Amino acid sequence: MLLTLSGLTKRYPTGDLALKGVNLEVPKGQVMALIGPSGAGKSTLIRCVNRLVEPTSGSVVLDGTEITGLGAAALRRARRRMGMIFQEYALVERLTVMENVLSGRLGYVGFWSSWFRRFPRRDVEEAFRLLHRVGLDHMVDKRADALSGGQRQRVGIVRALMQDPQLLLVDEPTASLDPKTSRQIMRLILELCEERGLAAIINIHDVALAQQFARRIVGLRAGEIVFDGPATELTPEVLTTIYGEEDWSQTIRAVEEDEEEAVPA
Amino acid sequence: MSATAFDAAAAARAWRPPPLIASPLLRYAIYGGALLYALLAVGTLEVNWARAAEGLERGARFIAGFFPPDFVTKRHDIMEGLMESLTMTVVSTVIGVALSIPVAVGAARNLAPLPIYLFCRAIIAISRTFQEIIIAIVFVAMVGFGPLAGMLTLSFATIGFMAKLIAEDIEDIAEEQAEAVRATGASWFQLLAWGILPQVKPRLIGLSAYRLDINFRESAVLGLVGAGGIGDTLNTAFDRYEFDTAAAILIVIIAIVLAAEYSSSWIRRKVQ
Amino acid sequence: MPVSRTADDLPEWRRRTTAGDFAVWGAWLAGLALTVACFEFISGRTIWAFVWDAPTQGADLVQRMFPPAWTYADVLWKPMWDTINIATLGTLLAIAIGFPMAFLAAHNTTPSVLFVRPVMLFLIVSSRSINSLIWALILVIVFGPGMLAGILAIGLRSVGFIAKLTYEAIEEIDRTQVEAVTATGASNPQVLAWAIVPQIMPAFAGISVFRWDINIREATVLGLVGAGGIGMQLQASINTLAWPQVTMIFILILGTVVVSEWVSARVRHAVI
Ligand SMILES: Nc1ncnc2c1ncn2[C@@H]1O[C@H](COP(=O)(O)OP(=O)(O)O)[C@@H](O)[C@H]1O
Ligand SMILES: [Mg+2]
Repeated sequence: MLLTLSGLTKRYPTGDLALKGVNLEVPKGQVMALIGPSGAGKSTLIRCVNRLVEPTSGSVVLDGTEITGLGAAALRRARRRMGMIFQEYALVERLTVMENVLSGRLGYVGFWSSWFRRFPRRDVEEAFRLLHRVGLDHMVDKRADALSGGQRQRVGIVRALMQDPQLLLVDEPTASLDPKTSRQIMRLILELCEERGLAAIINIHDVALAQQFARRIVGLRAGEIVFDGPATELTPEVLTTIYGEEDWSQTIRAVEEDEEEAVPA
Repeated sequence: MSATAFDAAAAARAWRPPPLIASPLLRYAIYGGALLYALLAVGTLEVNWARAAEGLERGARFIAGFFPPDFVTKRHDIMEGLMESLTMTVVSTVIGVALSIPVAVGAARNLAPLPIYLFCRAIIAISRTFQEIIIAIVFVAMVGFGPLAGMLTLSFATIGFMAKLIAEDIEDIAEEQAEAVRATGASWFQLLAWGILPQVKPRLIGLSAYRLDINFRESAVLGLVGAGGIGDTLNTAFDRYEFDTAAAILIVIIAIVLAAEYSSSWIRRKVQ
Repeated sequence: MPVSRTADDLPEWRRRTTAGDFAVWGAWLAGLALTVACFEFISGRTIWAFVWDAPTQGADLVQRMFPPAWTYADVLWKPMWDTINIATLGTLLAIAIGFPMAFLAAHNTTPSVLFVRPVMLFLIVSSRSINSLIWALILVIVFGPGMLAGILAIGLRSVGFIAKLTYEAIEEIDRTQVEAVTATGASNPQVLAWAIVPQIMPAFAGISVFRWDINIREATVLGLVGAGGIGMQLQASINTLAWPQVTMIFILILGTVVVSEWVSARVRHAVI
């Protein structure tokens, strides 16, 4: 197993119990979609994995390393193995595309080399290779705030890949994008995971998109896992347990149409 | 990897971190200018280092002289100076804010005709150019020593400060809102009251509170040129080497500024 | 505003505004009473005979001030240059100290909310409450008269200003950018340099230039207490009642301040 969560619980200082003893296993190379209504605890879950949010109890084990309980320096080393992609892209707006991409290597270089932007030639080459792969190699010196939403998210993806991670933590990568760009971004993430054999946890609340792109789907409701299975088993009953009572036939039909539409694209 | 030939190695070799200033000419001009200035400034710096070194020891004695602060011996003088400062602050803020409103309206290009605009802008410019102390010197020469000169100085400075910021605010307000009021056939004064005032009011209150704070701080130095206030007391204490009293006065000033700062930020939060 | 609304609004609503009305009128009345009382206090310390004489005095003063002593300018270039250097070097000193202080004071970057932050906030308030002229007064006693006292006075006063506005900017940064850089495994100093510094740089540059502009003004009067710059000449001219020279000094100050304001506006425009 690449990632094992056991009994993961998070209570915020405000008293909100966001996760209630979550157990989850993610094997190497598996792309998994985490769905659930807003406030279910999806963001909290993936933030607990790299400890941007400190779990209250339970354990997170990544490739044999117990993440919970690591000291500051060891935690930084562990974080290098987990790339994170954000909903609002979270690029450093006033830095250039290349600087944002190279920031993915910060865990590997010393402070002063990073201050003077002296990264090893290999890193810069890798940055160019990845930027070329996502079609942005002509924009390296543009400032991040001059890019469109889709372009920013590509830069965000490249930054995460620069870390040379084993696992991608992806928090609603498409929630700020239009439907067409959303699909392109999801496809890109999937392709890249396949090329590099990466595992990924993708938070998403667009059920249709989750079903289209991920084989395994985990449903989270009020901090508890209520579904874990292949995308094909996502029936209206299951959706009702995750999201509550609603007419799901539309959603599911829409998924099928989407899939047909997606093939020629 | 995609099929197109792309030489990442070559691109990486050619890539340089982007410099802070894009144009090389401007960049070197700025660097050169900064270097030249540094040389000139340091070269013409007249510092008596021997005297300064001696200062460290003096400083220690001086600071020792500060302790313990003496609030008692000169308490009458301190109270007197404090009352002058506080009254000066209140009156000058009220007068200054009241007068700054017409000046601000006159200095807003979208409300005032050109001659009035220029006149009001000139008032603002003069008031803002000269440090309060310089204005105080002139007022002391005119009305004699005492807190009245300080009050006039601070009123004048308040006008420049407030009028400039309020005028900018008036110029920035949504023109459509003013248009809408104008379209109802409102007179110029109705336009002011309905189209402009509601929009600048929160800022007017916030700035007034802020200025009250500044006026108090300024009132603490006007005494140096005879314009009354706690600065007078402080100056006297320094002149007589009564450093313990001076320390007490400084502590009082800091305490009042702290109080003023908290209350003015409280007021600003209230009107937001 | 509430009064005009009541005409066509619900009765309950009207009752509430009436109560509000009383509160507002009461506040106005209290404010007015306070102002009048304060003015009475000042008035009691004013020799009104002098004040009634002010127009004559003023006219007399103006007469004595003109024409300006144009040739006196030759003596003034060096003191003016010193004044600019006091302001510039003092601002640089304040930047060097205030920038790190801001990070120690900001809620989201301070190493300790319980200990370091309160200490920094206290230092910031102390620096800001004490006018640069008072700082100069103290420093002249310690280091002797001259530019060094002036530079340090400007520096000490500006540290608080720069640190306060900068730490407010740090507290307002976008947190997700910080999280993103943290998630890459960057160390704390790297997060500071890569995620926080880029976000506050424009604000910080604006604040620094703004303070420099203020400091030019402040530096013109430091000489009154012996801390170097053109204020020394001003003091000398006033003491000898050489009013045409005073006018010349005022003109030079006016020119310098106008230029510095222009420079500061240009730079702030460029960085934002
Ligand atoms: N920083 C926080 N402080 C307090 N409560 C929080 C915080 N972040 C999230 N929560 C609470 O935790 C719960 C789960 O939130 P979140 O993980 O953001 O859900 P999701 O990403 O599925 O929408 C919600 O009830 C939310 O109010
Ligand atoms: Mg979320």
